[in-house]
Amino acid sequence: MSNASMTYDMHDATAVKAREESAAIPLNPKVRQKKTPADWAVDIGIAALLVLVVAAVVYPLWFIIIASFSNPSAVANGEITFLPKDVTFAGYKQVFTDSRIWTGYRNTIIYSVFGTALNMIVTMPLAFALSRREFRARRFIMFMFTVTMFFSGGLIPTYLLYKDLGLLNSMLVFIIPGAVSVWNVIIARSFFETSIPEDLHDAAQIDGVNYLGYFMKIVLPLSGAIIAVIALYYFVGHWNDYFTGLVYIRTADKKPLQVVLQEILLANQSNKTNTSNIGTTSEINQAADQIKYGVIIVSTLPLLIIYPFLQKYFNKGVMIGAVKG
Amino acid sequence: MRATNRNANAAGTEAGTASALVPDNRTLLRQRPLPVRIADYCKRYWQLWLMALPGVCFVALFSYVPMYGIQLAFRQYDPTKGLTGGRWVGFMYFRQFFNAPQFSNLLINTFRISLWTLVMGFIFPIILALLINQIGSTRVKGFVQTITYMPHFISTVVIVTMINIFLSPDTGMVSKLFGNANLMGQPNAFTPIYWITEVWQHCGWNCIIYLAALSSVDTALYEAAKIDGAGRLQLIRYVDIPTILPTCGILLILNMGNVLNVGFEKIWLMQNTLNQPASEVISTFTYKIGIVGNQFSYSTAIGLFNTVINFVFLMIANQVARKASDTSIF
Repeated sequence: MSNASMTYDMHDATAVKAREESAAIPLNPKVRQKKTPADWAVDIGIAALLVLVVAAVVYPLWFIIIASFSNPSAVANGEITFLPKDVTFAGYKQVFTDSRIWTGYRNTIIYSVFGTALNMIVTMPLAFALSRREFRARRFIMFMFTVTMFFSGGLIPTYLLYKDLGLLNSMLVFIIPGAVSVWNVIIARSFFETSIPEDLHDAAQIDGVNYLGYFMKIVLPLSGAIIAVIALYYFVGHWNDYFTGLVYIRTADKKPLQVVLQEILLANQSNKTNTSNIGTTSEINQAADQIKYGVIIVSTLPLLIIYPFLQKYFNKGVMIGAVKG
Repeated sequence: MRATNRNANAAGTEAGTASALVPDNRTLLRQRPLPVRIADYCKRYWQLWLMALPGVCFVALFSYVPMYGIQLAFRQYDPTKGLTGGRWVGFMYFRQFFNAPQFSNLLINTFRISLWTLVMGFIFPIILALLINQIGSTRVKGFVQTITYMPHFISTVVIVTMINIFLSPDTGMVSKLFGNANLMGQPNAFTPIYWITEVWQHCGWNCIIYLAALSSVDTALYEAAKIDGAGRLQLIRYVDIPTILPTCGILLILNMGNVLNVGFEKIWLMQNTLNQPASEVISTFTYKIGIVGNQFSYSTAIGLFNTVINFVFLMIANQVARKASDTSIF
C-alpha cells in the first residue's frame, strides 16, 4: 500500500517538475496529451458501441419485467416498449396460486443449499491439499482430475451407475454426484497457491500447528473472496440445473424448479409454434403469456438478489481461474 | 530393500570413520529402511490425505466408474447380467450408427451449430473486452461489466422461454422485424438463433479473462507508444491485442476440445418438430436413443464416438497452437 502511494507521489512530483521545466514536452502519464480529431472520432465510436451493447443486454430483461406487470393484451399487441401499461398483478396472482411452482421452489432450495454445503465441505480441503507443494501425490491426482474435464463415461454408463447406487428418482441425485467440480478445485487451488503467503505456513509449523489447524484457523479466514465466488458458482449451478431433473427424476414431488418451469413455460409453446396460422391469439393464450413473465421473474429473483453482493468478487475469482486454467 | 540397507550401513560407517564429515540430513533420511520411511510419511502427511480423500473418492466413483462402463459400447446390454456381463459384439453399434440414415445429418448439424458458436463465442468477448478496456472511468467500467455479466446467471429454461417470447410469430418483437415469420419453426434460422443468444448470454462473462490480461499491461508501454505517435486505435492494435494473444490461444484450444459438446439443454429445449431437421444433434440423439428409447449399448457407442472426436479436436488444436505460437496446454 505505502509503496504504491509513494510511487504515486513521485509521479505527481515529477509531473509538477516537468510542467515547470517545459510545458511543451508532456513526458509524464499525468499530463494529458491533446486529443486529435481522429482520437475524438474513435472515442465517440467506442462510446456508441458500448451504449449499444448495454442496451442490447438490458432491454430484453427490462421488457420481461415490465411485461409481467402489464395488461396481457397490450403486451400481445406490441403496445409495450419502455414502460408498463395498465399495471396489473394478475400474472403474479396466478403464479402464487400454482402449487407446482411452490413444490419446485422448495425442492430447488433444498437441493441448492445442501448441495452447495457438500460442495464446499469437499472442495475446499481438497483444493488446499492439492495446493501444498510437499504433497507429492498432488501431481498424479491433478492429472486424473484434468482427464475428467475432457473425457467422460457418457450418459448411459452414468445413468446405469446411478441406478445401481439407488440414486434414480432420489433427492440425493442432486446433491451427491456433483460434489466435486474439477474446475472449481483448480480455481481454489490456484488461489491458495498464489494468495496465501508461504511464510504463514512456515510460522504455523514453528508454532507446532498441523495441516488441519493451519487450514481451519489461518487459510480459511483469509479466503473469504474465493469461498464466496466458488459457493456462488456451485449455487447457481444447482439452481439452474435442468438436466438432472429431466433425466433422473420421475415423480412430481421431487421435481426441481427448472423442470417445473419447463413444463409451465414451454408446454403450450410447441403447439403454438407448430400451428402457423397467425392472428388467432386468444384470451387464454395471452393469459398464459402473462404467467410466463411472472414465472420468469419469480424464478430468477433469488439470483438477482444475491448478485449485487457477490459481484465484486467475480473479477477476482475468474482471474484466478485464468492464471492457471 | 537390501540395497537401501546396505547403503544405510555404508553411510553409517562412513560417518563413523570420518567424524569431521558432517552427514547430509537429506541423504540420511532417504537411506532409512522402507517401513520407517512409510511410517514417517504417514505421520507427516495423513492430514493432507484426509483432506483430499473425500474429493478423490467422489471423482473416482462418479467420473471413473462410468468410464469403466464405456465397454458397454462393445457389448450387447443385458439387464439381468449388468454392465459387464453382456455378449461382446465389437464395433457392431458403431457400424449401426455410421449406417443410420440420420448419421450425416446429425454430424453436419452438430458441427454447424458448434463451429458457429465456437467462432462467434470466441470473437465477441475479445471485442467487448477491448471496448470495455477503453473506458477511463472505473465506475462506468464496473457498471458496464455488471450489466453484461448478468445474463450469464439466467437458467437455460428461462433463456429459451425468452427466445420463444421474442420470436413468437404473432406477438414477438423480433419476429415482427422479419414480417411475422415463425422463426422458431424454420430450420434455416435455428443456428443463428442459437449462437446469437449464446453470445448475448455469455459474452460479458467470457470477456473477464481478457480484461484480467489487459489489466496487467504495463502503462509504460502505452506511454512509449503515445510518444511514438500512436493514436487510440494503434494502441489497441499494437499493445492490447498482442497482450491478450496467449490467453486467446489457450481459450481457443480449450473450446476446440468441446467442439461436439454443444449444450444439450438449450438445443433440447429449443427443438420442435418443424426445426428438427436442423436441430437434431448428437447429444439430443443420444438422449432419445438411450433414456427415452432404452437402447443402452447403442447410445453408449454414440456417446463414445462423440467423446473421441472431441479429444481428437483438442489434440489437433493443441498441436497447431504449439507450432504457431508456443502456446499449449499439454
